[in-house]
Amino acid sequence: MSAIVLFMAVIAVIAGWWLSQQRLMSKPWLEEGALGDFPGTDEMTWPAAKIGLGVFLAVVGSLFALFISAYSMRMNMTDWRTLPVPALLWFNTAVLVLSSVALQWAYVAARRDNMEDVLIGLCAGGVAAVTFLVGQLLAWQQLRAAGYFVASNPANSFFYLITAAHGLHLIGGLVALGRTTAKAWRGVEMTQMRLSVELCAIYWHFLLLVWLALLGLLTGWTDDFVDICRRLLT
Amino acid sequence: MVDVPYDATADIPLAEVPEVDLYHPRSWWTRYVFSQDAKVIAIQYSLTATGIGLVALVLSWLMRLQLGFPGTFSFIDANQYLQFITMHGMIMVIYLLTALFLGGFGNYLIPLMVGARDMVFPYVNMLSYWVYLLAVLVLASTFFVPGGPTGAGWTLYPPQAILSGTPGQDWGIILMLASLILFIIGFTMGGLNYVVTVLQARTRGMTLMRMPLTVWGIFTATIMALLAFPALFVASVMMLFDRLLGTSFFMPSLVEMGQQMKYGGGSPILFQHLFWFFGHPEVYIVALPAFGIVSDLISVHARKNIFGYRMMVWAIVAIGALSFVVWAHHMYVSGMHPKFGFFFATTTLIIAIPTAIKVYNWVLTLWRGDIHLTVPMLFALGFIITFVNGGLTGLFLGNVVVDVPLSDTMFVVAHFHMVMGVAPIMVVLGAIYHWYPKITGRMLNDVLGKFHFWVTFLGAYLIFFPMHYIGLLGVPRRYHDIGEAAFIPSSTHTLNAFISIMALIVGFAQMVFLFNLTWSYFKGRPSGGNPWRATSLEWQTPETPPGHGNWGKELPVVYRWAYDYSVPGAPQDFIPQNQPRATPVLQGAAP
Repeated sequence: MSAIVLFMAVIAVIAGWWLSQQRLMSKPWLEEGALGDFPGTDEMTWPAAKIGLGVFLAVVGSLFALFISAYSMRMNMTDWRTLPVPALLWFNTAVLVLSSVALQWAYVAARRDNMEDVLIGLCAGGVAAVTFLVGQLLAWQQLRAAGYFVASNPANSFFYLITAAHGLHLIGGLVALGRTTAKAWRGVEMTQMRLSVELCAIYWHFLLLVWLALLGLLTGWTDDFVDICRRLLT
Repeated sequence: MVDVPYDATADIPLAEVPEVDLYHPRSWWTRYVFSQDAKVIAIQYSLTATGIGLVALVLSWLMRLQLGFPGTFSFIDANQYLQFITMHGMIMVIYLLTALFLGGFGNYLIPLMVGARDMVFPYVNMLSYWVYLLAVLVLASTFFVPGGPTGAGWTLYPPQAILSGTPGQDWGIILMLASLILFIIGFTMGGLNYVVTVLQARTRGMTLMRMPLTVWGIFTATIMALLAFPALFVASVMMLFDRLLGTSFFMPSLVEMGQQMKYGGGSPILFQHLFWFFGHPEVYIVALPAFGIVSDLISVHARKNIFGYRMMVWAIVAIGALSFVVWAHHMYVSGMHPKFGFFFATTTLIIAIPTAIKVYNWVLTLWRGDIHLTVPMLFALGFIITFVNGGLTGLFLGNVVVDVPLSDTMFVVAHFHMVMGVAPIMVVLGAIYHWYPKITGRMLNDVLGKFHFWVTFLGAYLIFFPMHYIGLLGVPRRYHDIGEAAFIPSSTHTLNAFISIMALIVGFAQMVFLFNLTWSYFKGRPSGGNPWRATSLEWQTPETPPGHGNWGKELPVVYRWAYDYSVPGAPQDFIPQNQPRATPVLQGAAP
């Protein structure tokens, strides 16, 4: 459970930092009058949708940290046989990176009020994400063809489970991306577009980050790192 | 207090939200059924939770009939008994209490108490309720599928949860896991709303430290739930894989009916870790809103500011954080390393500190207060007593050496029913008596309310106090029939019969309450906008019940915290949060 405890510690630090800005030491019974400003009109305040996305990412992060925790606990059992990771995953990873880059490009274009580039970036990002998903399905098929079925070993089960969970989150993101692209297509004003594009880009970067962590886990690249951490802790 | 003379209304322009921001229902359907108004969603949540909660209440009667009079009711066999305890526990903890506190009270009170027009994502909020309803329907459907609901116990421990010896192995367990997954998806949608509304939609002047403790409790509990429910989600998905696809996440190699099963190598302990990583925070997800609400009830009905407001806020946050590092105290008997047991016993006992601070502060709020023994106040007092009681037995069970012999006995059942069954339900009931006038514009009947309180409170004690004793004797929980064992004296059977009769009586009192809710809705005394003369914003709405958008044309502006009761020199014994100045303010007035 160390992964999830570590994740919770990070969340706790963020929450603690935020709380420390909230004047928790003030004495509200002595402070009469209209202090404080209307939240949302303040320049420093983020839009509600962005905060909402931030909270949602914390939930998704907690979900994957738990998957990782379960994975690392289960892999210490004797019946664990690591499965060979299909080379296709590296291609998929590259495509997902491209997808993220395309959305970042769209976001930069949105900030420069260039609607045409926004549209191109969104479409390119969407196509790359779909390619990634197709690639993941092909990787599943390759594994199945090689005899690595979902129930034949816990390593296989985790591989299918975790990639499916990640893929489903990407599909959810594609729905949002589709709506944003449709908005851009209809030629909605740039001021409204900017936030949508930004939120899509943030979500994509987050899923890329999650994918890289998962890839490290599934390919065993992080094993040495985890070992060092474990030795440090004990 | 130093009075700073200034005319607050002159330099603060009124906060006005453009009309386009608000969702407007166009038809009866979108106004009352597919509504995006948080108040309607709150009532939908509450009614659904109460409905399924009544099912769980009836299940508890059936269990008590079996335990009190074993062998008398032939229609309750051992399998059904297990199904009843499972469904009773799951419904009460998740589908009733979590949904009612966060989906019900959260939806109704957060926008009103922080001075918002609605939740920030109304559409997602509506979706949240419908997914919750679907989860409840899937859960309820298990009563009608072949094999019936699962009988795995509310903890659903593998491997037994998916083995053929456990009732509901065919459909029950699958639908239960599916229902939990749906519930978590629905809750996440609602939870995002509650958190972001508190963060982003507070009205002008409503700093975090001016929020009523109810909002603090619900806010913190929601954050905890958002982070803890994924653990149940992961556990449910993985067990669903084990059950449907034959994977071995949790399933060790087993021989069933002389046949070697296809499973092998899995870890049931892994499930326990995941389950309790959710399960322990869940206790506080239910308790923190209760803490918050009860603080407000006590303050209003004792006409006194809450004692140690800052400390109360810090304690809520501290309890929320600590509750994530105690989960393994539910697993002392799973064979864990003694050092872990020591660690988790220590963290568990540390939680007693912020919790005790809260209890002291409630009692000190009552101290020399102008206590009005209204029905909400009675329930709040009942909560404090019950919670202290349940909390103290928690100290017993938090210690490894004491827990090991008491584990899986009726003592545990008595403990958690006191601390997270009866105590939060006391708050739910008190809160309904308190806010019903705002929701309907009518008062609940006082005589029926007092009858309801005394029967519930005394009855709950008569049910659960003897149960501790039965547990100390060593009577195990989850047994359909304890039979004749040498260590169980025959008086236990008499006591069990007594408990069962009390359970029926307490259940009957809840029917009186339901009657009161219905009758008062039509015939109750009109309450006016602020019958309890309370300070917080929800009582200051221009209309009662609050109209769509809550606040008429202009949002309220907040000038003070929510606990200005009995301020010396003030014309009334309360000053609403949106009133600019207490006139006249005396030098050195006590807070």
